[in-house]
Amino acid sequence: MDILRQIAVVLGAVAFLAVCWWAFSPKRRKRFEEDAKLPFADEELSRRSAEAADEQDTEENSAAGDRHDPATPPADKNKGQDEK
Amino acid sequence: MTTSVVKTGPVPAYDYKIVRQFTIMSVVWGIVGMGVGVLIAAQLAWPALNDLFQPFTHFGRLRPLHTNAVIFAFGGSVLFATSYYVVQRTCQTPLWGGWLVPFTFWGWQVVIVAAAITLPMGLTSSKEYAELEWPIDILIALIWVAYALVFFGTIAKRRTSHIYVANWFFGAYIITIAFLHIVNNLAIPVYPFKSYSLFAGTTDAMIQWWYGHNAVGFFLTAAFLGIMYYFVPKQAGRPVYSYQLSIVHFWALISIYVWAGGHHLHYSALPDWTQSLAMIMSVILLAPSWGGMINGIMTLSGAWHKLRTDPTLRFLVVSLSFYGMSTFEGPMMSIKTVNALSHNTDWTVGHVHSGALGWVAMISIGALYHLVPVLFGRKQMYSVKLINAHFWLATVGTVLYIAAMWVNGITQGLMWRAFNADGTLTYSFVESVIASYPGYIVRFIGGAFFLFGMLLMAYNVFRTVTEKENAASEDNIVPHAQTA
Repeated sequence: MDILRQIAVVLGAVAFLAVCWWAFSPKRRKRFEEDAKLPFADEELSRRSAEAADEQDTEENSAAGDRHDPATPPADKNKGQDEK
Repeated sequence: MTTSVVKTGPVPAYDYKIVRQFTIMSVVWGIVGMGVGVLIAAQLAWPALNDLFQPFTHFGRLRPLHTNAVIFAFGGSVLFATSYYVVQRTCQTPLWGGWLVPFTFWGWQVVIVAAAITLPMGLTSSKEYAELEWPIDILIALIWVAYALVFFGTIAKRRTSHIYVANWFFGAYIITIAFLHIVNNLAIPVYPFKSYSLFAGTTDAMIQWWYGHNAVGFFLTAAFLGIMYYFVPKQAGRPVYSYQLSIVHFWALISIYVWAGGHHLHYSALPDWTQSLAMIMSVILLAPSWGGMINGIMTLSGAWHKLRTDPTLRFLVVSLSFYGMSTFEGPMMSIKTVNALSHNTDWTVGHVHSGALGWVAMISIGALYHLVPVLFGRKQMYSVKLINAHFWLATVGTVLYIAAMWVNGITQGLMWRAFNADGTLTYSFVESVIASYPGYIVRFIGGAFFLFGMLLMAYNVFRTVTEKENAASEDNIVPHAQTA
């Protein structure tokens, strides 16, 4: 029983050090800096989605209405609060 | 912008309808749950309020309604909304799952209504935070499986190569809650809405607090850290302080939290070594908790001035301060000698609310104020001044609440274990109740402050959604993306 406990402690410590090494090793630094920017990469798509959700609402309330194509790439670069 | 987008071509719009639904219901259930909380706080100060409509309105029946409503109805709706939102945006793909997506919403609402009916009727399995009886538990399990399918299905079809850290936290929360919920609610049904736990005695207690503490660790912590890792960077307008630290934070937090539940059973029939293990793991938890908190707060470095003008950001950052406070307090209270004083006193209640109001509710409110304008295509909330008012009501309310409970808790703990020279108790129990009376009134006032802030929020959200102009009578619509 005791030997199992000791093995578990050593394995736990090794796992923790391995995660630290993997996360902080310099060769992955650049990659993680890029990954950290992921939340900022899709502003246009988000704006389009809010409009699409509006249209979905309108369509449910009244079947009529000229539908926008939500897949059309927008050209507008106006900024919302989202990007402050 | 990033190198990590692996698929190209036109992207279908995100599913914002489901996020809108859960966002609105978060505000509604927040008010209901906190309203019941203020009522039962008043009942403790003025016991006549128990008799509003007996037997349905006494404290014993309404207290589980309060905890279930704020944790699962309010907190749950916030987590559905934010996890569905974040997973779509950071995977750059709409939700996977078809009818499973609305099923999670409507199913969750049915669970909440069922809880609001059965708990005041006294139908309870008596397990704290798992009081709901077996038919409702089965429905929750089904919804949770659907939730997991939608979430991981969306991750599977992501257009980015990397899975953003917030999704790791959300993913861990979804998987762990599935395990906890199913195992802790294993029971033998006797008839509809009556069952007996599959476990007995000390085992039952250990299973219950393995569940209970990890409901705190994964539902109320890991998942809300997922919110932190997305919404704090977004609102501050800069990437998280250290992405590398967030990885260590994740693995350390999830691998330590699961061991800590035994600290709820100090000095009980639970084997002594189990109690000590839980105590040690709880103390170690301080490290990843504070690592994560520092990571969140330091995201603002270089942008501290934004706190002066942006009350939404202030909600997010102050919630992290409360998180730091309660994750210092928690490990301290799990030390057996401290626990000998604090156990069963109002200190515990204060600790829970320092986490629940200060951390969970405030980061939720910050995320919702960020989310509503984005979801409804507005430049900003209808009134930023009202957000500011809400911020101060919430902060002052939380401080009043937890300060009152500290004073009460330590008073009670000291009175209960005061002995006379001949070994008899110095105080009777009721004397400690009388000593607690002022604290109960202060707690009621603090809770009422917090609830009033939520009402301001409901008004602000309503005006933002229904009106296209904001308080300054200016146009508040994000200009349309150019369409065909």
